Amino acid sequence: MNVETAAARKVAPDALAKDAVIAIDDVTLRFTTPDGHMMTALRDFTMTVARGEFACVVGPTGCGKSTTLNLVTSLLRPTTGTVRVMGAPVESISPDIGFVFQADALFPWRNVIDNVAAGPTYRGVPKREAYARARDWIARVGLARFETHYPHQLSGGMRKRVALAQTFINQPKILLMDEPFSALDIQTRTLMQDELLKLWTDLKSSVVFVTHDLEEAIALADKVYVLTAGPGTVKSVYQIDLPRPRVMADIRYDAQFVEIARVIWNDLREEVQIGQRRALASGN
Amino acid sequence: MATVSPSDTTGSSREAAIASAELSAKTRARRRYALVIALRLAILAVFLGLWEIGAEAGIIDPFFFSSPSGIWDQTWSWITEGTSQGPLWEQIYVTLEETFIGFLIGAVCGVIAGIILGRNRLLADVFSIYIKIANSVPRVVLGSVFIIALGLGMASKVALAFVMVFFVVFANAFQGVREADRAMIANAQILGASPYQITRTVIIPSAMSWILASLHVSFGFALVGAVVGEFLGAKKGMGLLISTAQGAFNANGVFSAMIILAVMALVVEFIITQIENRLVKWRPAPFNEQGT
Repeated sequence: MNVETAAARKVAPDALAKDAVIAIDDVTLRFTTPDGHMMTALRDFTMTVARGEFACVVGPTGCGKSTTLNLVTSLLRPTTGTVRVMGAPVESISPDIGFVFQADALFPWRNVIDNVAAGPTYRGVPKREAYARARDWIARVGLARFETHYPHQLSGGMRKRVALAQTFINQPKILLMDEPFSALDIQTRTLMQDELLKLWTDLKSSVVFVTHDLEEAIALADKVYVLTAGPGTVKSVYQIDLPRPRVMADIRYDAQFVEIARVIWNDLREEVQIGQRRALASGN
Repeated sequence: MATVSPSDTTGSSREAAIASAELSAKTRARRRYALVIALRLAILAVFLGLWEIGAEAGIIDPFFFSSPSGIWDQTWSWITEGTSQGPLWEQIYVTLEETFIGFLIGAVCGVIAGIILGRNRLLADVFSIYIKIANSVPRVVLGSVFIIALGLGMASKVALAFVMVFFVVFANAFQGVREADRAMIANAQILGASPYQITRTVIIPSAMSWILASLHVSFGFALVGAVVGEFLGAKKGMGLLISTAQGAFNANGVFSAMIILAVMALVVEFIITQIENRLVKWRPAPFNEQGT
């Protein structure tokens, strides 16, 4: 289990890192289900993300991956433990946060530019400036010719580009992504991953990227958190030292990458099997 | 690994084949449309023809069930000579005015109440029982109450049209607000929207298709409210025209007024559809309407 390679080091999660932008410290989260049962979604969960760091969270289906993101946004409150963002306990949605959803969360009644300008407009930026910025961001994601198109007229990949522009226009210091590319076909996904890394390099924000795709996680991340089958807790953390800039289309054939994937997959596999067995046993 | 290329056929012959296939598909679509129209007209002609012949031959008693020519004569005389209670246009105008006022007030109140209760869990839980009760009362009966309380004038008809419209629009607006996509609301919240901005820019637009659907149905209800109100007691209007014709055993008059009301409803329905298309231009066109 403790196999280490040159590019992937197993590191200890450290909640007290001084420059942490996000610090989730020993959090347990329980829900009461509608029929009165207590369900533990996260148990003794600890995670820190430094300034400008790209962290990926992988784990079996239903282990509470997305729950970690909602802790950071304050949409979910921990039962025990603390969540700190930029050094302060989380009280309400921080204006420094950007969130890219798995599902299509664009407003279908607004065209591309109105969608992208939504963030600044909500935050009280004058309309002219908001639209100038929106135009700039639409051009950056390569959709300059589609400003007046409605979401239903765009492909899945284009809609994701709009979603990225909509999020990045607020220049978030923290970027939370909940399996953002899982609905895309594999070629489009590779393009979008490159796009994301490009935007992230410019903006230097801290990212928490939740995915069930281990290769995606390794390709993108500085640090990969492997969660156990639910109730989720951190099983191990890997530092990924692959050189940047990375090119998504090539990196998966890189020998180091393959080695890292093998090591982490060994770790993840048993959790996936446990999760699978449990799902079959519960009849869901 | 050797690369292979798909075998080439001559480009020009392929294009010609595609063009002729497109042309024949277009011709087929046009022919089918013409056939549908022709069949519709044929059914109308057969129906009216059988009715007229039946009435002439004495199989259908025109005294009770009227006849197409009788209805036409009645309508024509109303148009040219006016009705027993004044010009036909005035009756139509009065009924439409009552319908529209009741419809507008009912729709606006229904939308506002639906949004407020849809956005507020506690209010919804408290009021849902009363709304259920109020909704189960047969509302047409309220017409008698309104005539007693508000008199024979316009107010009682507007009130009846209002209650007919309010509950339908309310129920749909409420449902539409509840169905608003969670991810979309969370997205707006994280982008920085205040609760008021969320209501205005996310909740209302996403409830709009529900609300518009209810407006189609509820305009018909408003018309029923106004006509029934006039039926129960009025000085003017299409409802009074029907009840006068009924009192005189004038079947032609009843049918004629019915057809005039149907035409009014269809015209307004058409206008509402036009407004709807303009409001929800962001929606993808239904597949069967594409390319027509």
